[in-house]
Amino acid sequence: MQPVKYKRATSVAEAVSLLQGGGEYARPLAGGTDVIVQARERRRDIDLFVDIKHIPELMAISHDAGGVTIGAAAPLHEVYNDPQIVKQWLALTEAGHVIGGTAIQGRATLGGNLCNSSPAADSIPAMMVLDGVAHIAGPNGERDVSVREFCTAPGRNVLTLGEFVTSIRFPKPAAGSGAAWQRFIPRNEMDIAVVNAGSWVQLDGDIVRDARVALGAVAPTPIMVPGAAAALIGKPISDETIAAAGDAAKDAARPIDDMRGSIKQRKHLAKVLTERTLRLAVERARGQG
Amino acid sequence: MKTDRIVITATINGDERTFLADERDSLLEALRERIGLTGAKEGCNNGNCGACAVLLNGVLVNSCCVMAAEVEGAEISTVEGLAGTEGLHPLQQAFLEEAALQCGICTPGFLMASKALLDVNPHPTEHDVRFWLAGNLCRCTGYDKIIRAVLKAADEMGSNGR
Repeated sequence: MQPVKYKRATSVAEAVSLLQGGGEYARPLAGGTDVIVQARERRRDIDLFVDIKHIPELMAISHDAGGVTIGAAAPLHEVYNDPQIVKQWLALTEAGHVIGGTAIQGRATLGGNLCNSSPAADSIPAMMVLDGVAHIAGPNGERDVSVREFCTAPGRNVLTLGEFVTSIRFPKPAAGSGAAWQRFIPRNEMDIAVVNAGSWVQLDGDIVRDARVALGAVAPTPIMVPGAAAALIGKPISDETIAAAGDAAKDAARPIDDMRGSIKQRKHLAKVLTERTLRLAVERARGQG
Repeated sequence: MKTDRIVITATINGDERTFLADERDSLLEALRERIGLTGAKEGCNNGNCGACAVLLNGVLVNSCCVMAAEVEGAEISTVEGLAGTEGLHPLQQAFLEEAALQCGICTPGFLMASKALLDVNPHPTEHDVRFWLAGNLCRCTGYDKIIRAVLKAADEMGSNGR
């Protein structure tokens, strides 16, 4: 392991101070399932871990009338075992259950998945369609950034020196809405996504009042697919509009060829997963899924 | 840059232990090289194989993905603490009876992961077991005997009220 020091913060202010003082190679330590491995393999230069798991608001899952605020360091197993999150933000739990395996989910966090900013991050498309907002603390104060705008390039995001995500907030789902998330992998579990997709729809009878589709692993960052939404909104939901949304996803996907998949396969999967998650989102919007 | 020797106090298999570690040690390294608990194994050192799995405050984790410094004040359960004073844990007994190990490298991780499963779900289905244990890799057995052993132990523990 490269020489890395360890400090614990017990407040957000202390964490900001330690991160800023630690400089360019200081990293917040939540679950550690990405950063510890990266430090060991020297894929990132890290010389200070600031453990944020002893800051109460970083670990809390707080429900209120307007939605839920999930501490950035709350482990996935707590997120997907929260009965209200299962009930109202099921798509989030669908992603959480397949990030790594059980032991990973004992530590890994939504905040870490977001801040690691992999183009293939499993939770990000689900967070994007569920309107997640990251709350960030830093030397210049606190700010909010939509998850949709958080990632800027593979492994890069909007955070600047000394900043870290303290929580992610999801608004209460609109009436008549439903969401779903799926991914394609070679095995049945573990694996990094070849493609993943999140969909959200709001129905008024059969008419789609609003819709959102997000894709992962098909671009340098997870992406929204406005063309898929446009194919659906204002029209009755049908096989034709779903297929059109799938085609829009296929067109929007701009993947690379790599060891996990070819461009052709990924574009095909973008269409298939978009259509499957849309159908499931519709069922859930109707209270049937 | 220099890292420090640090002193950590944690409860390991029910006993409070104070030990020295290097600030950059993983929990896996501390268990094996500082404390002498070599049950947890290094299979991949990156969170993929589960050979290093232990329970941290009752939660299954890969000890290669935890820094030793993080466990100050925590409770850790390793395979060394699985058997009781009256003999092997039903999981260990079932693994022996069902030939669920050959070289044994993956076995401590599988045992801890299986214990964690039965702690939260005493009556898992085969699907539950396979999915829960997906993060534990075995190169010898082909898995089916491990799955059978876990289900057998669950039955045994259920009927004995353990």
